Amino acid sequence: MATTSMEPTKKSLLDRLPVSSHIRQSVGLQRTMLLIGVVLCTVFVVAAIFAPLLAPYGYSQISDDAGSFPAQAEPGGKHLLGTTVGGYDVLSRVIWGSQTALAVIVAAVLMSIFLGVFLGLVSGYFGGWLDRVLVVIADAIYAFPTLLVAIVMSIAINKGQSGFWGGIFACGFAITAVFVPQYFRVIRAETIRLKAEPFVESAQVVGASSARIISRHIFSNATRTLPLIFTLNASEAILTLAGLGFLGFGIEPSSAAEWGFDLNKAMSDASSGIWWTGVFPGMAIVLTVVGLTLVGESINDLNDPRLRGRKAAGAKGAPGPSTAAAQAAIAADVRGL
Amino acid sequence: MATLIDAPPPTVAAPTSKSAGGGLGNYILIRFLLIFPTIFILVTLVFFLMRITGDPITAAQGGRLPQEQIDALVHQAGYDRNLFIQYIEYLGNIATGNFGRTISDGRPVIEMLAKFGAATLELSINAVVVALLVGIPLGMFAAHKRDKVPDAFLRMFAILCYATPVFFAGLLLKLTFSVGLGWFPVAGRASTTTELAMGRLAAPTGVYWLDALRSGNVAAFGDVVHHAVLPAVALGLLTAGVFLRLVRTNVIGTLGKDYVEAGRSRGVSEYRLVTKHAYKPALIPIITVMGLQIALLLGGAVLTETTFEWKGLGYQLAQYLTARDFVAVQGIVMLLAVVVAITNFVVDIAAALIDPRVRY
Repeated sequence: MATTSMEPTKKSLLDRLPVSSHIRQSVGLQRTMLLIGVVLCTVFVVAAIFAPLLAPYGYSQISDDAGSFPAQAEPGGKHLLGTTVGGYDVLSRVIWGSQTALAVIVAAVLMSIFLGVFLGLVSGYFGGWLDRVLVVIADAIYAFPTLLVAIVMSIAINKGQSGFWGGIFACGFAITAVFVPQYFRVIRAETIRLKAEPFVESAQVVGASSARIISRHIFSNATRTLPLIFTLNASEAILTLAGLGFLGFGIEPSSAAEWGFDLNKAMSDASSGIWWTGVFPGMAIVLTVVGLTLVGESINDLNDPRLRGRKAAGAKGAPGPSTAAAQAAIAADVRGL
Repeated sequence: MATLIDAPPPTVAAPTSKSAGGGLGNYILIRFLLIFPTIFILVTLVFFLMRITGDPITAAQGGRLPQEQIDALVHQAGYDRNLFIQYIEYLGNIATGNFGRTISDGRPVIEMLAKFGAATLELSINAVVVALLVGIPLGMFAAHKRDKVPDAFLRMFAILCYATPVFFAGLLLKLTFSVGLGWFPVAGRASTTTELAMGRLAAPTGVYWLDALRSGNVAAFGDVVHHAVLPAVALGLLTAGVFLRLVRTNVIGTLGKDYVEAGRSRGVSEYRLVTKHAYKPALIPIITVMGLQIALLLGGAVLTETTFEWKGLGYQLAQYLTARDFVAVQGIVMLLAVVVAITNFVVDIAAALIDPRVRY
């Protein structure tokens, strides 16, 4: 690569951080896509964290000192993005919605990583009947439409009406049910591969306990791909949350702002030509998912030298990809979606 | 979506047939037998999860009747019995082909599945047609223009397809083409006259455009197509992004092959190289992935149907879930599980036929 000669021998902390080091590695189109992704993600996170400061009104506020908000007011004036049929301020609900989305992503991905990694390690390391049973169950859930798994889980958990955190965890857990099989499969496959490595065998010979081998030797090696899976799954978590909200199986509307629910309510407005109640929450979903996907894919491409653009791979007229490389590229491309 | 791990899951098929004699036949048999645990597990999970959520009587009458009366009704219907006994009874019923009647509207489950399943099938076929029409040519074009401006735009388009929830795509399409331009109807599968005409047919398949064609009803056919466009585009674009990327990667892969190079040196035009030489071999992996897309498509169908009030399985499923109608939900999930399991089976077999390395 062109940058190799310029790299100092000892990298600074900034260079070793995942995303910033990727920005340095990237060139041209890839860098543009990665940067757009980083900007979109930053906007999303900032909006989520500072929602109370940024949003002009509360997410369930329908009046202020000057009186009740008008219903279905057009964008402009006091309500920059208009109001809904119930008199909610659209801009405020969009901003508060990012907070809900972020909370659900973090809850869902953390829970599924915890469960999936644990089950994958145990199943892959010990094998036997437990492994077989877990694999069959994971495959059955994995093959099923993810949204349906999430719906069934969410009504099973969310019987009683719940508040903000209750709703976040119910949704997060429903999405967890979708992701656990995926993490389980990745980690299990990796564990089985690592189990045969000499360093694991030598640890066994030395007499280390299974718990120690799993937690020290296998865990740190098997979980390297997790940051990538995290970004890819975060976007899917948002889409699943929005789907749940749209179908009315998500968080209670009074306890949090949620983009999918707002879109559901906007459906009936559409036929009378009221576009602002649906377009803005929808744009929020699309931009967030695009941002996360761009970051995830760019990292994936940069980590895999075969997928780096021609320019990055050197302009020496690199030979066409071999069959194996092409197959891997295909696999990676399928994985990305 | 949800295809983090490449390839279908043949990992489960334990390498029993190491002896060369078993071969393909053995693989097919093992793979076939694996369909049943998949369905069994899903049906079991849904049975118990639905029982946790409450019962249909409380869902329908809760708050309207005093608690004692609800309890009496629940007792009468047998929903307060030991869960395990109910489960065994349910399995026995399924084994004898008795799927029961839906609780909320009292239809036989089989009839309900056939009626709404046909609507969902119709939507899925339409969506796949749109996805192929959009995805394959654009993917070939992107591969041809690799790393140039059109390629960058098409890659962004593919990401946008994935990032846009079908209900938002549906909303935008409705706002633009139904409300704004007035070209297409806002919702539904057909106008009332067509629905009535379809209902009068002797042996309907339930797939409206097929029925309209068979009965030679041109007006009805036009009406059905008119209604089908927007939902098909909304759901089709979701899958089109996946196809676009796949075709692009595969064509780029085959474009580097020796025989394509040989064709280029013979003076074959670049257009012909992409559309003839590189394109066909690139299709093989796409067949496998198309099968994997079925789960994505069915999940998307639930949302599309709700968006466009398309009375199919997904639309009904949402209604039945709200009513806690165990029997109907279990029936729908069972059907979906069978469809998904059989598709995966067919895909695995196709993959094994094409590539002998897949077999064990």
